[in-house]
Amino acid sequence: MSQITDLTLAQLKQALGDGDLSSVEITTAFLDRIDSLNPELNAFITISHEDACKAAADADAARAKGKAPAFAGLPMAHKDLFCTDGTRTTCGSKMLADFVAPYDAHVVSRCQQAGLISLGKLNMDEFAMGSSNENSFFGAVKNPWDLSRVPGGSSGGSAAAVAARMTPLATATDTGGSIRQPAALTGTSGLKPTYGRVSRFGMIAFASSLDQGGLIAHTAEDIALGLGLIAGHDPRDSTSADQAVPDYTATLNDSLKGKIIGLPAQFFDERLDPAMRRSMDDVLDVFRSLGATTVDVSLDHIAEAIPAYYVIAPAEASSNLSRFDGVRFGYRADNPKDLTDLYERSRGEGFGSEVKRRILIGTYALSEGYYDAYYKKAQQIRRLIKQDFEQALSQCDLLFGPTTPSTAFVIGEKTADPVAMYLEDIYTVATNMAGLPGGSFQAPLIDGLPSGYQLTGPAFGEGAILNAAHQIQTATDWHTLRPEGL
Amino acid sequence: MYEAVIGLEVHVQLSTASKIFSGSSTAFGAEPNTQASLVDLGMPGVLPVPNARAFEMAVKFGLAIDAEIGKESVFDRKNYFYPDLPKGYQISQFEKPIVGPGRVTITLDDGTTKTINVTRAHLEEDAGKSVHDAFDGMTGVDLNRAGTPLLEIVSEPELRSAKEAVAYLKVIHSIIRYLDISDGNMAQGSMRCDCNVSIRPKGSEVLGTRTEIKNVNSFRFVEKAINTEIHRQTEILEDGGRVIQETRLYDPDKDETRSMRSKEEANDYRYFPDPDLLPVMIDDSFIEACRNTLPELPEARQARYIKDYGITDYDAGVLVADRDVADYFSEVADTSGEGKLAANWVMGSVLAELNQTGSVIADFPVSARQLADLISRIKDNTLNSKTAKTVFEALLVGEGEVNAIIEAKGLVQMTDTGAIEAIVDEVIQENPDQVANYRSAPSDKQGKMLGFFVGQVMKKSQGKANPQAVNQILNSKLGS
Repeated sequence: MSQITDLTLAQLKQALGDGDLSSVEITTAFLDRIDSLNPELNAFITISHEDACKAAADADAARAKGKAPAFAGLPMAHKDLFCTDGTRTTCGSKMLADFVAPYDAHVVSRCQQAGLISLGKLNMDEFAMGSSNENSFFGAVKNPWDLSRVPGGSSGGSAAAVAARMTPLATATDTGGSIRQPAALTGTSGLKPTYGRVSRFGMIAFASSLDQGGLIAHTAEDIALGLGLIAGHDPRDSTSADQAVPDYTATLNDSLKGKIIGLPAQFFDERLDPAMRRSMDDVLDVFRSLGATTVDVSLDHIAEAIPAYYVIAPAEASSNLSRFDGVRFGYRADNPKDLTDLYERSRGEGFGSEVKRRILIGTYALSEGYYDAYYKKAQQIRRLIKQDFEQALSQCDLLFGPTTPSTAFVIGEKTADPVAMYLEDIYTVATNMAGLPGGSFQAPLIDGLPSGYQLTGPAFGEGAILNAAHQIQTATDWHTLRPEGL
Repeated sequence: MYEAVIGLEVHVQLSTASKIFSGSSTAFGAEPNTQASLVDLGMPGVLPVPNARAFEMAVKFGLAIDAEIGKESVFDRKNYFYPDLPKGYQISQFEKPIVGPGRVTITLDDGTTKTINVTRAHLEEDAGKSVHDAFDGMTGVDLNRAGTPLLEIVSEPELRSAKEAVAYLKVIHSIIRYLDISDGNMAQGSMRCDCNVSIRPKGSEVLGTRTEIKNVNSFRFVEKAINTEIHRQTEILEDGGRVIQETRLYDPDKDETRSMRSKEEANDYRYFPDPDLLPVMIDDSFIEACRNTLPELPEARQARYIKDYGITDYDAGVLVADRDVADYFSEVADTSGEGKLAANWVMGSVLAELNQTGSVIADFPVSARQLADLISRIKDNTLNSKTAKTVFEALLVGEGEVNAIIEAKGLVQMTDTGAIEAIVDEVIQENPDQVANYRSAPSDKQGKMLGFFVGQVMKKSQGKANPQAVNQILNSKLGS
């Protein structure tokens, strides 16, 4: 048997069930690996040694009595914007550096109920704003494939931790690409479900109409296992969908024969990097070999997605982040001289520069006299983008394209140019605008670095995405490649 | 000559058991922050979930003022910073309120009526409260009130005087009490009023610059605040000055308004649809279900009282203004079978007593059944108006039931004409001068002079003689 930490969630589950491994062995193996790698990678903000070990021993005891839930004793880790009762939830910010939520997020309690053990909380761009994980108060996360490069963001900690085998499964969130882009840059699988598929209760909001919780793991199969746990209606989130949750593992092995893969012209135009194009062609060859066909489609308004996104998301963020005012929780400036001083310095000192930039953009976009020109217009574009996707998906089963324009860039390369950074999400934001499910899965390496392909499905089409990705993973070994030298 | 132009924004706390977006209790007067859940505290990650009861209440109000009901009701965020506003925004409704244009009718002093158009009414959450006196040198925040559902009712600027404004406010109060959607208690802040006031030369169509007087909390203060503000603006204009658009506060101790913030200092609220809440679709069946639970409203009840009890338009109007008073009256009238007498007693004695003691009918010591008993005993001639008053006063201080009081005080009316005749004879004998005067007076003066003898007889009978019988006997005996 290979090393414990190399196993997928499905393999670990099997080994635990068969009695080949105990939860204590598994948990200890991952904690040891975290301890040895985290100083370099900085993927974890908080490591829950004690709680995890205790939970592992409890899980083994419960399993011995035959009373363990299905996932009892299997390890995972949470992006540090899912509130965890008793363990701090920082959101990658100085503002919440010492914040301990008095409750568990829906996703966290669902995982707990299934028996999963949390190894700790994962690094991220502050308030999920960023595409490189360089915007964390707790420092940048390194890409396990090349420590001089970024792992992507904002779920950079989740992606890096999975890629480096520090956890087999990580929760993550995606507002404009924050699950898919880091998954692509770290050679992992990541799924952003349909808006409303997973409750946002307890997920610290960035842009409420775009935020969606999801997962990063090694394989589509592992995501299918995890999604079954966290998906479903939650009465505490009015925007969560009251729609039955299928068994995502049941359709993983469906044949792709006759499936139609749509290729949006705008994803394959002359701007696409030739190496990335070759990587995508390799994936498409496998799809065709499995019996799928391709069709050209168009997403006419995709060019407007980034500008519209950078109005809507900051506008919502400017309002969502107003509650961090130094009055009730979080960072509070020392010795405020009056109320205005308390607000200004608590927020001025507590938020990092990217967060402040977006609060300013959003505040401006919503201001009297500008609302119609920016926010309203952006919402109109959003509707057009939604229609584009509906139109395109009426001609095919899934949309296919690269997840990112290129492989992981060097740390510091784009920090001086926010717009260049924003363009990292050029292929991913539109999916959020349309509220559709999207996944990123491993494509061939380019010059030794991972690349990812993206599948976008119709609303609640997570099963179809995972099925297609699983078929590719069954036919190829790109998802088994791992960074060397760790 | 100037004319006032007044519009009111009335905030009504809806009497739902729990808050509009969380499960916390809305009860008044609990220990600070004991009724504030994670949602009310604006904790990171929590989300609002709308309370269907608040929608029901808002729709009922809309139906009661004959308004259009918004089929698609959207919640917006009103963004501003204040310590008692935990999220940094208030969830309110801006573009798509639940209640659209409607109207109410007010009755003016001269008895004429006027229709006041209601622009809209929307649902929103109340803020918490800053507590300035609990900590030395610091301000505390109590979030018990945060998230209490409010219905904000906005009138067109069609009110022309403080009196009209109060009449309008009273109609709104009456409607919310009839609908039982709020306790309407202004002293506790369950109903609060912002008054928009401007003046313009009489006959002018152009609106003057308005000021907004915030959070006035009684009918009397609304009248005084508006009058004070009209006076202030008139003086400014007469001195050749300019009224500044601003928010003002009314100080009842000094009877003056003072500036709170000017338009330049005003917040840009950056309204936008709250992405945490989906638009609420109100369908016809929901509206019809609300309509079916509507109680009889004041106007309809007034018409019915006029018809059923034969009382005047004015009396019926007074009696129906307060739902509890109206219910009390109809119980008295129905139990005693005497509509007119019941109206006289409720308006004369009961309301006078309530006004005097500043109390409400729910706490009134005389039950409707007791008052009905009293009226029955007047009707069967056991009591006359004077003895009835004595019984009523005994009821007020809780001396027991009507018959027991009559018994104990020996108040049974003297209807035995023989006994009355004897007293009359006595009075005639004791007052020979007055009798002579009476007899020599011209007949049109005699009526007035008779009162003296009636008084004497009543005195001698300790008020128990039947007044009609006394009059009749006196007339016949003095006439001879």
